[in-house]
Amino acid sequence: MSTLPLLGHASLDEIFAYRPSGPRRVRDFLADAQALADRLPPNRHLLNVCQDRYHFAVGLAGGLLRGKTSLQPSSQSAETLRQVKLDCPDVLCLCDSNFDSLDLPRLNFPELSDADPQRVTAIPHIPADHPAVRVYTSGTSGQPTPHGKSWRSLVKNGRAAAHHLGSAGHCAVGTVPAQHMYGFESTILLALHGNTPFWSGKPFYAQDIVAALQAVPAPRLLVTTPFHLSALLAAGLDLPAVDLLLSATAPLSSGLAREAEKRLAAPLYEIYGCTETGQIASRRTTADLTWKLLDAIHLEQGDGQSTVFGGHVEGRVVLSDVIERLDAEHFLLHGRHADLINIAGKRTSLAYLNHQVAAIPGVTDGAFFQPDEETPDGITRLAAFVVAPGLNRRELLAALRQRVDSIFLPRPLIFVDRLPRNATGKLPREQLQTLYSERNGHACH
Amino acid sequence: MSQDISPETVAALLPEVAELIISALNLELTAAEIEPDAPLFGDGLGLDSIDILELALVISKRYGFQLRSDNEDNIRIFSSLRTLASHIGAQRTK
Repeated sequence: MSTLPLLGHASLDEIFAYRPSGPRRVRDFLADAQALADRLPPNRHLLNVCQDRYHFAVGLAGGLLRGKTSLQPSSQSAETLRQVKLDCPDVLCLCDSNFDSLDLPRLNFPELSDADPQRVTAIPHIPADHPAVRVYTSGTSGQPTPHGKSWRSLVKNGRAAAHHLGSAGHCAVGTVPAQHMYGFESTILLALHGNTPFWSGKPFYAQDIVAALQAVPAPRLLVTTPFHLSALLAAGLDLPAVDLLLSATAPLSSGLAREAEKRLAAPLYEIYGCTETGQIASRRTTADLTWKLLDAIHLEQGDGQSTVFGGHVEGRVVLSDVIERLDAEHFLLHGRHADLINIAGKRTSLAYLNHQVAAIPGVTDGAFFQPDEETPDGITRLAAFVVAPGLNRRELLAALRQRVDSIFLPRPLIFVDRLPRNATGKLPREQLQTLYSERNGHACH
Repeated sequence: MSQDISPETVAALLPEVAELIISALNLELTAAEIEPDAPLFGDGLGLDSIDILELALVISKRYGFQLRSDNEDNIRIFSSLRTLASHIGAQRTK
């Protein structure tokens, strides 16, 4: 059976991560992971919602040592948890906060006082074919669609990303969650297989990001999004020097990219990828708008589709963006297909959202709508039109909140008597745009 | 978190903080419609993390202090209009 190491480090005494209490060496991490593994019940699937990045990593590694699969849905809404449980009935929820895990079996992240770093003598190996992670995308039918990732693919992913970015030796501060594919790759996998230790916190406010950067030694890598970056720059704080900046999840304007590079004195790379493939390309936004594929990743076009394969990508994956291939290593990105939604890095589709609103008792018809006027750095709120004579606004929003991430809740939510469906029952976008222009700005219910 | 700040001071801040939330986030509401003790997240106003960062920026400009999540409980500060007003009342420098 082919195996690959849990960590790519050469020595047990290298630094794996930084916590407010101090650095954690590889041997500390391995001792913690084993101590957690010893406490895990037999459930084969772990829904690891730990907020602390170090706890998340210990949960992932502890699970791998026990042959478990980490479930990483794109949202943690009640409906998603219900779907995850349908997909994997023996799921166990690992929590380190007061997260509402509903009726899922739950393990609160324990004190690992018996972990003994001195007893760690080697880096354990994991079967290469082990289904290490199951990520979910929001399918158009209203069901989250699972995508398995083998341990082999994750190891390749971490190694390739570190090589491509030259991140080894940097300490990564991430404003993005460890569970989301971008944050998972750019903090967790870079730490496991790219010699890039991470800061355990997930700074949110501008002042938190500054404090986190100051808490770790240089060179520093900031893993962030246009949304956090623009808040950080707008706060008017003195910013510490950073050595490498990564942004992903939403288009970054070149103005914001230039300002970020100037204020943080570091090159900024945008990462391109999706949940199914992980990262597959990057670009230095201030220098060049073309994207460069990671080594070993191939992009093919035909029949109006763009397909990637090779490297850490398992199988062939059709991309949902509009892409123009330039040569074997480069492409241009021309935007998303109309149905896809991406707000502050959370992805879904209009079809998925429409399915969710229509499934609410009392809603006779409903449609989400993405207005045209897109702001440069990726935050455009959705609107929704609903026909729901027996429901008020508060009831409808409460029901919707059970089903979709709050980022996608409609603003405005517009009650109508009927939707402008055409003879075939379709809703032409122009009709919705007209309705939106008529109604937006007016108070509704 | 609201040491040395009287309930009257907090109550006096409520309308202007409500206005700040509405104007920063373009909400379809009037200040009087935000109930002081209803949750801002979730079942109340339904704010999310994007809103919180936008609000944090406006609050720092208007009241002269930076929000931190590690010395104060992020969720607790934003749990209602009243808790937010209390935090602002206690931390403001202008």
